[in-house]
Formats: sequence, structure tokens, C-alpha cells
Amino acid sequence: MAKRPVLQDFVVERDESRCVACQACVRMCSNDVHSYDPETNKVESDSAKCVGCHFCESFCPTKAINIKRSASQFRENANWQYRDIANLVKQAETGGVLLTGMGCDRPYPVYWDHILLNASQVTNPSIDPLREPMELRTYIGRRPDRIQWTVDSGQWTANKKQSSSIQHPASSIQSLLKLEIPIMFSAMSYGSISYNTCVSLARAAREIGTFWNTGEGGLHPDLYEFGKNTIVQVASGRFGVHKDYLETASAIEIKIGQGAKPGIGGHLPGEKVTGDISRTRMIPEGTDALSPAPHHDIYSIEDLKQLIFALKEATRYSKPVGVKIAAVHNVAPIASGVVRAGADYVAIDGLRGGTGAAPLTIRDNVGIPIELAIAAVDTRLREEGIRNQASLIAAGGFRNSADVIKAIALGADTVYIATSALVALGCNLCQKCYTGKCNWGIATQDPYLTKRLNPEIGTQRLVNLLRAWSLEIKEMLGGMGINAIESLRGNREHLRGVGLSDTELRILGIKAAGESW
Amino acid sequence: MVINATGMNYRALNEKIRCLTGSGEGEIILEGINGQRYIADGIKAAALITIKGTPGNDLGAFMDGPGITVLGNCQDGTGNTMSGGSIAVHGDAGDIVGHSMRGGRIYIKGNAGYRVGIHMKSYENLDPVIIIGGSVQDFAGEYMAGGTLVVLGEGNPKPAGNYIGTGMHGGIIAVKGKVEDFQLGGEARKNGMDEQSWNRVFPLLNEYCGIFSLDARSFSRDMFTVLCPITHRPYGRMYAY
Repeated sequence: MAKRPVLQDFVVERDESRCVACQACVRMCSNDVHSYDPETNKVESDSAKCVGCHFCESFCPTKAINIKRSASQFRENANWQYRDIANLVKQAETGGVLLTGMGCDRPYPVYWDHILLNASQVTNPSIDPLREPMELRTYIGRRPDRIQWTVDSGQWTANKKQSSSIQHPASSIQSLLKLEIPIMFSAMSYGSISYNTCVSLARAAREIGTFWNTGEGGLHPDLYEFGKNTIVQVASGRFGVHKDYLETASAIEIKIGQGAKPGIGGHLPGEKVTGDISRTRMIPEGTDALSPAPHHDIYSIEDLKQLIFALKEATRYSKPVGVKIAAVHNVAPIASGVVRAGADYVAIDGLRGGTGAAPLTIRDNVGIPIELAIAAVDTRLREEGIRNQASLIAAGGFRNSADVIKAIALGADTVYIATSALVALGCNLCQKCYTGKCNWGIATQDPYLTKRLNPEIGTQRLVNLLRAWSLEIKEMLGGMGINAIESLRGNREHLRGVGLSDTELRILGIKAAGESW
Repeated sequence: MVINATGMNYRALNEKIRCLTGSGEGEIILEGINGQRYIADGIKAAALITIKGTPGNDLGAFMDGPGITVLGNCQDGTGNTMSGGSIAVHGDAGDIVGHSMRGGRIYIKGNAGYRVGIHMKSYENLDPVIIIGGSVQDFAGEYMAGGTLVVLGEGNPKPAGNYIGTGMHGGIIAVKGKVEDFQLGGEARKNGMDEQSWNRVFPLLNEYCGIFSLDARSFSRDMFTVLCPITHRPYGRMYAY
């Protein structure tokens, strides 16, 4: 049979007049794109190996390298695009499931780009955040149904509704998570990301006064000192889950689903389970780390409740226990069940949420956008009168401060960011996280590569990002005449839709641009 | 120290147990236990806890150290994600005995339900052990990544259900009696009991028999079928790139 040409997504262009054959690119590329030929004293590039991470381009001392998208080698048409044909060819050659990294990159609507924020004019003056205090502080956790002043003891006490048929004997008053800004770092496991990336996230979280999340990879012993700013995950593989891990964290998150791969589990391949990862996950070295799709002790809301309270019991009701689910079609009733099961927060991860590795077809075709999920869940919990019982954390592809503030106005208490954080650390969204060859030292365990991410600089860049976003959020809040993020939460009158259908506006619970109050 | 738990809510009971073990109490006897969940959940101490009655779900979840004896039956989730210690049940147990357990021992004298030893794993010097005296239902040892699961099948002509060792990638399962090929999960294979495995299993049987006053000499190598993982990377070849 005639052989197909080798797939080539990118072209490496080398300006020979600039290249001094210093071979820096040869040494730096983990994909072995570049090679030096001593006979000609020239550096050659094999474009077929290039993943388009732009690392060599960024660090070439003479700026001789330029990475470009390859012009299609296939006879494309409107139905059969390059990616369709290329993926099909890969599968015909290997018979395997296609893997990918990061979030869905298909052109589904990004509702953030169809939602506009309000601002004050004349009647309700805007607030100048440079002159006046602006409050971004956010608390995460279960709120009591009512507060009551007891004269005898002179203390506030929180009570359940007397009429409430659902009893949470343990959760009348919880310690809440205190966030200085309504942004946290979403779950990424040690294993999927490097140690230096974990350190950068943990330090930045501490410096800013927010939280990072271990994902399901356990907590490295050296990172226990960040416990006050750490949320630990309990996932279906129960990797690294033990008494001290639960004890050290400020909150525990049961991972049910992930936006990039709703309904499926995860496989960390055995070759990535090195000594340090094995110790952190508490699993044998070199064997696959398999996270089954479901928790095998959870087949119902009642079972979920059982695990929530097993974790609360193990930590003496001292910290919030949340549940992370993927945004799927039935997300609102599922979230309602999760809250009724006793979760102190529900984290919802949307269609565009990232991943270290997921089957391409799952990432790109399963789930719903986070915007619709936030609105649907917030509406449902309000209708049922249980919105106070749990905080709502939104995740899945937040790109900037405007996305964040719109999410909060739709009804989220706070957001999780991960892809944005990695981009701040250098990531170029090449989507090859699953190969373990990340040139930026983020999604790799190769010590030669991980050293490229300096955790001091990484921390600073993350702190910068969060500082910049919080300044922008304050500006936007002030413009709306609001001086506390708490007053914007679920305040959908501050949002208007453009280019949306009536159905989409109804689900988002917002008016069309041009409609007044 | 004896606690009469009749009518006591699990939260109050467990707080009491935690206070006692925290202050160094070495032996606790719980009387009148009737379905209280999470007993000894997350306790990291070497106390001996004797339970009279039927404890509820998630007995000994996340625990690391206590030695629990149950004079009665257990419900579901016994030893869920436990790291160390032991649980000996003088009766039957429900589903998911030893889910994701990474250390310690669980000995059940009677039968156990579905998904026994699912996702149990060994790690460094931690090597979890489950011995079931009676039979187990389907999916025993599913996703097993380490440790030892022994099924003795006493009083039941069919010691184990189907899909045993599905997704298994570590550890061994020893079943006394015959296991048909169709009962195996796709990632497990059948072996005889070799010398090495017997040297691992027999001392455990001996301990088990000591606890339940049985005679370990009644067991011999040739009575067992051993199930091992076909590979440590069962799904390594599923992906294109």
C-alpha cells in the first residue's frame, strides 16, 4: 500500500543568516526536533516532530527560529478538515484512542464573549477604587439557614430551619475558607504537573491569600507547610489519601468529575510513576496509576453523603468538604443532590476545563459550557431554597478578569483557574501535556526539563497575574457602583446578552442588551 | 473502657472513641452497637477496639493503627482507604471490603459482598491483606494494584463470583478451590500456588486461623488457585500518541 506522508502540524523555519549553530535549540528541545550536523556545521530541524510549543523560538539567542503552522498536506474540504483527516490517519496507523491535553479547543460558543457588564451613569454614581476601599474577600462553605441572638450567652448561634426535613447533624457552623480574592488554583496533580509548578502555585496561593488544589496526586511531603492554603482531593483512585493528608489541608474536595473528561477516569502511565511520584501517591513505582471512572463506593447521592461524612468524621468536622463535578446536561439536579448530601461547596468544571491527558473525542464532545452550568445550578439551588447550604465554585477556561466577574454575577462564589495559571508560567497551549515532554518544565517529570521552571519566578508571575486581575475586578466593580464582590454575586441584572437566542438568555437568566431594568 | 452505645448517634460515639484513643486508652469495648457508621474513622493510634453488635458503613475508614474486633457482622465499606491496623470480623461483611486499602489487615470469618479489595495497593513497606473465610461476590480485586487477597470459600461450593481481578495490575488473589476461566476479569491470569506465593500466604492464614480458632494445617498449597495481573500496565496500549 502507498504510504501516507508523515504528519506535520508545524514548520520550523530557520534563518540561516542568523543561525550561529550554537546548538542551544538542539539541547533544549525535548521532542528532538533539532540536530547538529558537524560536517556542514549546520543545525537541521525535523518539522514533523515539532509540537508547536515555541520554546526554542523564545530562547534562540539570535532569533533565528520561527515556528509556523504547516500548510495543509491534505485535500481539505468543508466537511473534512485537516484535523479530521490527520486524526483518522493516526488511528489507522496505531489502532489507539487519541489523547490530548488542555481544554476543548473546538469553536463552541464562548458565552463570556456574548455577555456584557453594566456600569453606572449619573443616577447611581460609580465608585473610584483608587480612593475607596473595595472588598474582594470571599468565604467558601456552608452558611447556616438563619442566625439567632441568644441573650443569655451573648453569642450568635447558627440554627437550621426548624421545618427543614433534611438534617445535617454535623454542619451547623463550619469553618469557612477565607479567600482574599475570588480566584483559586484548580486541581492539578503532582504527576501531571512538575514539582516546581506545584511549588509555584502553593507559594502564590499563600502570598495572595487564596488556595491551590493538589488534584488526585497526593501532597508532596515538602508541601505540607502550605496546608493552610491547600485543598486536597479525594478521587476514585484514593491516591495519597491518608490521615495526615486530610488533616493538613484547609478543605477536602471529592473529585467526581472533570470538565475535560466527564464520566471517565484517568490513567497516569507507569513510566511517569517515578520514585517521588510513587511516594506522594503512595503507589508502587512504575505501575499505572489508574483512577476508575466512578468511585467504587459511590453509586448514589446517599453513598456520596456517606463519603462526605466519612471525611468530616476523619477530620472532626473542622474543615469544609466539597465535591467537584463536571458540567453535564443534568448538572442542576446533580448539584442539588450534592448539596443535599452535605457538600460545603460544589465545584463545577465546564466543557473548556483543562486536563493533563484525556481522550480527544471526550474532551471535545462531552459536557456543557460553564456559563450555562453556573446559571442553571445557581437558579436551581435558589429555587429549592438551599443556595446558602453550599458555595458554588466555577471552573473551566477562565481567560481573564472579565470572565471571572461575569461568572460571579451569574451566581458563582468564586472561580478556579488552571490553564490561565499555566499560561502565566510559560505554557503555550501546545496540548501535548500527556507526553511528559513539556519544554516549559510544567507538565513533565524529566529533571532536565523541570529545572526550566524557576519556582521563585513562577510564584512571582502567578502573584502578578492575580494582582492584575484583582485590580481589574475592582475597577469593573467600582464602575458598576458596587464596593464589595459579595454584592455582585448572583446579581444578573448587571449582565446583558448580545447575539444570544431567547433560550440561551432564559437559561443564563439575563436580559438582552438594550433591555432596561 | 466500656462504652454502651445503645441509641447513641455515630457522631457522639466516634468523638468519644477519638477522645479516649487520643488520651492513650489502650482498650475500648463498644457494647450495643447497632449500625453506627464510621467507627474508628481516621484514628491514628494503636488502641484495641472490640465491637459487640453490628457496626455501620465505613468501619475503620482512613484509619491507621487500631486493632478492631467485631463480634457480629459488618455492613459496607469496611476498612475503606485504611492505611494500617487490623479489622477482624467474626461474622459476614458487606460490599467493598478494603476499598483502596494500602496497609493493615482485614480478616472476615464469614462471607463478603461485591468488590472486595477493589483498588487495594501496596506501597513501600505497606502491604495490605484481606482474608475472607467464606465466599465473595463479583468484581473481587478489581483494579487491584498490590497486596494479598485470600478467599477460602468455606461453606460455599462457589468461592468467588465473576469478573475477578478486572483491571488488576498488582498484588495476588488466592482462591481456595476452583476458579473457572470465565470468572476471570480480562486483566488477570490463573496460576498454581508457587513456593513464593505460599510463603506469603501461609503465615497470613496462620494468623487468620489463630484469630478465629481454626486449624491452619488444614490448608495446603495445592488447594489454591492464584490470580496474578497479566501486566503492570494493563491499559498502556490503548492510546494512539
